[in-house]
Amino acid sequence: MATALESIRETINSQTLTYKQKVQALAGLAENLLEAPRLSKECAEALEQRIICDMYEGNAPYRGRYILPDYSIALKHGSTFLEIPPAQDLDDALAYLLIMYSQTPSITGYPVYFGDLDTLLLPYVDDVSDEELYSKLKRFWISLDRMFPDAFAHTDLSPTYNRVAKMILLLERELLQVVPNISVKVDPELTSDAYLLDAVKTVFECGKPHFINDPMMRSDLGEHYAAVSCYNSLKVGGGSHTLVRLNLREAVLSSPYGSEEFLSDILPHFVALTAELMESRIRYLVEESGFYDSSWLSAEGLINIDNFSAMFGIFGLAEAVNILMERDGVSGTYGHSEVANELSYRITSEVSEIVATTPMPYCKGNGGFAFLHSQSGIDLDIGVTAGTRIPIGTEPPLIQHLNTVARHHHLFQAGVSDILAFDETAVKNPEAVVDVIKGAFKSGMRDFTFNLDSNDFIRITGYLVRKSDLAKMPSARHSSTFLGAGAVEGSHVDTRKTKRVVSYESSPLLSS
Amino acid sequence: MKAPHFSVADIIPFSWVDGPGNRFVLFLQGCNFNCLACHNPQTIPVMTPRSTDMSVTEVIDRIRLSTPFISGVTISGGEATLQHEAILSLFSQIKNDPSLNHLTTFIDSNGNADHDIWDSIASVTDGVMLDLKVLDDALHHELTGGSNKSVLDSISYLNKIGKLFEVRLLLVPGINDSDELLIRTSNYLVSINPALRIKLNAFKRHGVRASARQWPEANESHIEKYRKLLSSHGVHNVA
Repeated sequence: MATALESIRETINSQTLTYKQKVQALAGLAENLLEAPRLSKECAEALEQRIICDMYEGNAPYRGRYILPDYSIALKHGSTFLEIPPAQDLDDALAYLLIMYSQTPSITGYPVYFGDLDTLLLPYVDDVSDEELYSKLKRFWISLDRMFPDAFAHTDLSPTYNRVAKMILLLERELLQVVPNISVKVDPELTSDAYLLDAVKTVFECGKPHFINDPMMRSDLGEHYAAVSCYNSLKVGGGSHTLVRLNLREAVLSSPYGSEEFLSDILPHFVALTAELMESRIRYLVEESGFYDSSWLSAEGLINIDNFSAMFGIFGLAEAVNILMERDGVSGTYGHSEVANELSYRITSEVSEIVATTPMPYCKGNGGFAFLHSQSGIDLDIGVTAGTRIPIGTEPPLIQHLNTVARHHHLFQAGVSDILAFDETAVKNPEAVVDVIKGAFKSGMRDFTFNLDSNDFIRITGYLVRKSDLAKMPSARHSSTFLGAGAVEGSHVDTRKTKRVVSYESSPLLSS
Repeated sequence: MKAPHFSVADIIPFSWVDGPGNRFVLFLQGCNFNCLACHNPQTIPVMTPRSTDMSVTEVIDRIRLSTPFISGVTISGGEATLQHEAILSLFSQIKNDPSLNHLTTFIDSNGNADHDIWDSIASVTDGVMLDLKVLDDALHHELTGGSNKSVLDSISYLNKIGKLFEVRLLLVPGINDSDELLIRTSNYLVSINPALRIKLNAFKRHGVRASARQWPEANESHIEKYRKLLSSHGVHNVA
């Protein structure tokens, strides 16, 4: 193991990191020279064994992990801190947004949320011609990708098929950029089939957008929410202090028991330890680092700590279920057996119930509790399946697949993001994909992404990497391309069957 | 009277290649042609131990599982119209059930059926996708074991009553793709309806019997050539 000083030297002399990537990595190394927030012995052991995981966020959290500024406030009223007046026209709005993004922190150093860009820009486009809108938005879109080269940076589009949304999809098909990641909020009452078809055809070109069940999200998170980063759904004007996760496979392996003992004793024990880790990190961030007291975003009302909560992630459900089935002496695996599926629903319900009744400080954004999240993994996760997904290579037929995973979705207010890879026949029949999307939402899915094998993009967890960029490694402009390389080597992303990919959310060791 | 039953070769809960959108497809057992190029030859015999007898109610139960995700139901084969009584019963129940009547009902047929059959199911059928194996009758005999007279008759009749969704041409290089034949076919199709939707299917050896396994497969460039030829003779709506 390299010492901290050796790691610093290695980072500084690296020939594969850009200057900005080095600065980010050095900040992580400096932070980790500090002691981590204090934990009980049991909690520290579980963390050491990686049964629970802090995403390698760093020992002294000094900015919220997922921050969703309400940019409309500064566009409307200007910003004292940034010395910008209220936006008068589209040029102002686009310039001021770029300025604000440059001053929005996150774990990766780049903003995870660009705002619901169609909604933000619509007030400024009435007297702008289509030609002008195209050229202005195109320069802005190129700026997003070049200035914030991280595929976690995300914009959302509203359920209504408006001029700006239409232009954004057109630009996406033309520019084929990794950034920004995009979600379309789908409301069966408002979202037309024409809009969905346009979006589906865009997916065929560049793997984006992702689709979100808008009525379900609004009922859980309120009117002002967005999907950001790798499909973490959170409140706008707030976000998530941290993301802490529980590896269900490791939790099962830590004891020899079958499903009943696991559900009654083991699982509640580790959920409590995960909550302890989460609480200690939140307290450091809020009480020690004082992020929310000092940030301009708070001072000017773009965020409010009362809109924040924290994300409680789980992963490895499939392996947990399959091991418990074997111990119970029952045959069948997750996705293929009713008994196994029922066990999986009992596990997620149990976690959900404990998380929903374990008070968490500074989490007023969810009534004083954490949000549950089906966590899609990082590149260090080997032999364990993301979130509540069915393992790669063992997926049942699409209808059975959707019906199996859909029953988990209502529990995960902070996002699930199942990913399905479709084959070439989809391209000739995009209406069929629209049918599947609408059906997925009718059957209770919260959010949904699909991949088509034939384009240049490979979706790792929610974020995209260009296959042609992977070929160019080891020096790539997008920070997230490195993460993609790890995933392709470490899992089966490249050799998946045509239906879905395993994926993961960050490659934390890049920066620490 | 015994409620009509289906003799079912296979069921696909989601299909993206049997009509518009995502569809539930019922493949029926038994065909009244015997095509050399058939890619499902096991569905040709009327009687086979591999087929399953299913009541209309059982099929409806299966459709319900797919319902949230589909645009409609397609009945294919074998030859669907051989079981027109069961089709009438199934499609009528779909059209009369408020939880199912948003589904479109399509039939994938070889066209070897008379007017009475089409009349009996037309009111509950939204569209027919019909195969024209070849326009030349002598060649049609060779390729299918029967005349194309009833097929051509079905094409013009279904077009007249507004139920012809598309005509499909399965083209085999060197067998039924000569320029002369395709030009005649274009002229024929335009005479029926210049706006008719035409689908070009490329012959693939996958699934076919030994007799057709020597035939060359059609690739993208063949299809592009056919498309151009058809288009230059007035057939523009090629899917």
